[in-house]
Amino acid sequence: MSDSKPVVTKAYHQPLGDKLWRHFVIGVPYFWLLLFFLAPFSIVLKISFATPIVAQPPFTQLFDFTGNASQWLLATWDNYQFLTEDNLYWVSYFKSIKIAAVSTFICLLVGYPMAYGIARATPTTRNILLMLVILPFWTSFLLRVYAWMGLLGKHGIVNSLLMNIGLIDSPMQMLYTDMAVYLGIVYTYIPFMILPLYATLEKMDTSLHDAAADLGAKPWQTFIDVTLPLSMPGIIAGSLLVFIPAIGEYVIPALLGGIDSLMIGRTLYDEFFVNRDWPLASAVATILLIIVVIPIMLFQRSQQEQE
Amino acid sequence: MRWYSALFDNEQIIEAALLSLKIAATSATFATILGTMAGLALTQMGRYRGRLLFTGLIAAPLVMPEVITGLSLLLMFVSLQELIGWPVSRGAGTITIAHITFSMAYVAVIVQSRLSSMDQSLQEAAMDLGGRPIQVAFDITLPLIAPSMLSGWLLAFTLSLDDLVIASFTSGAGASTLPMVIFSKIKLGVTPDINALATLIIGTVSIGIIIASWIMFRQRKRNEVG
Repeated sequence: MSDSKPVVTKAYHQPLGDKLWRHFVIGVPYFWLLLFFLAPFSIVLKISFATPIVAQPPFTQLFDFTGNASQWLLATWDNYQFLTEDNLYWVSYFKSIKIAAVSTFICLLVGYPMAYGIARATPTTRNILLMLVILPFWTSFLLRVYAWMGLLGKHGIVNSLLMNIGLIDSPMQMLYTDMAVYLGIVYTYIPFMILPLYATLEKMDTSLHDAAADLGAKPWQTFIDVTLPLSMPGIIAGSLLVFIPAIGEYVIPALLGGIDSLMIGRTLYDEFFVNRDWPLASAVATILLIIVVIPIMLFQRSQQEQE
Repeated sequence: MRWYSALFDNEQIIEAALLSLKIAATSATFATILGTMAGLALTQMGRYRGRLLFTGLIAAPLVMPEVITGLSLLLMFVSLQELIGWPVSRGAGTITIAHITFSMAYVAVIVQSRLSSMDQSLQEAAMDLGGRPIQVAFDITLPLIAPSMLSGWLLAFTLSLDDLVIASFTSGAGASTLPMVIFSKIKLGVTPDINALATLIIGTVSIGIIIASWIMFRQRKRNEVG
């Protein structure tokens, strides 16, 4: 029916009002995101080449046209050079990538069976289970991390429980360790792993499993050869949704980690708020941005393939 | 109960809570408007130049580490102030703009998924009957996606209420939101008045969830009957 309708000619006869409406709907959110999301990155890049000074704002301009021509350009590589020379930053970047990668892997190991179970449950149970996965989003993230401080502390619930049943004699140091950071990240980000996994597993055609079983495949063979490859889009999406935000995480290492738990988000935050070295913080952010943009682009590509 | 009364005597906490609620309500409202427009622009507007970049701009704030978003927005505000004298000072206004920016991406994703799973025949019928796009949007599309807009608003509201890092970067000297006050207290360890506050917040949220799911349950039942 709609085939006979000349859709193409519509564009030529578009009245002014329709055109304005179209420009308005596309243009306003587009402009907002360009101005407040994309443009700021270029400013971070710019300031990462500036020199810190004690002033308001605390950095120099990149150009000074008052003197003679050879001194116009004030931009320097000093911040980046400093980053490569000081061990602290290497350690921070490396440790962030390590913590994010290991946490992502643990989320995958724990989240996959959960997502699988939810996808295979009866509709009523499924809705309840899904709601339980989403429920933590509705309470404050900060307070949930804070609750872990109460659980893991020296006089916390876990330590008193272990002491009461006689497993340990004196309180274990659990809070302010790397283990607490892993625990916090896995706990916080696991819904981001479960939901995309669930979405792909739920859509999966179960007749493929029956076919594999009929052809004599053992359950684990069916899983490795059929289920796992088919759920790859979910695995990729979930892993990136955990890995990318975890790499720059500030709150969890600041509250649960020890003084030595240097994740790059915390280093950047301290560089900015404690040392007030804005250009150096910008340089740290630029490198971090490069590290996360690559997986984001991969993510977008996998999203487009799904469509 | 001592800590609860201490909580209500603490003007800093009350002030911060009110500021947080104000920012959350404002930013959620604007984020819903902009996010819905973005969702429409991605699903209903066909092809146009820069659509791929737009798709990327919607997806990126969802995964961007908060420290980067916060730092870049702050430097943007500082540069704008030098260039055009706006924003005059940083505080509630700049935090609101920052929160609109990242929550509108969440709203856009929710609205977009609803729109792309929706049957388009109603809109097509309305267009065939001579409805102008703007009429069709307000009379048909928006009422149909109203539930997703509401859940988008609620998500934007909680995200804003919860945000510490971006608010810390974009705030000025005067304005402290509730998460900023809580964070500065709990950095040093567990404190009883924050336990009292946490209990209050979690209690309020639980009641909200129970009411919301009760309303949804009743609506579903009514739909089944009708």
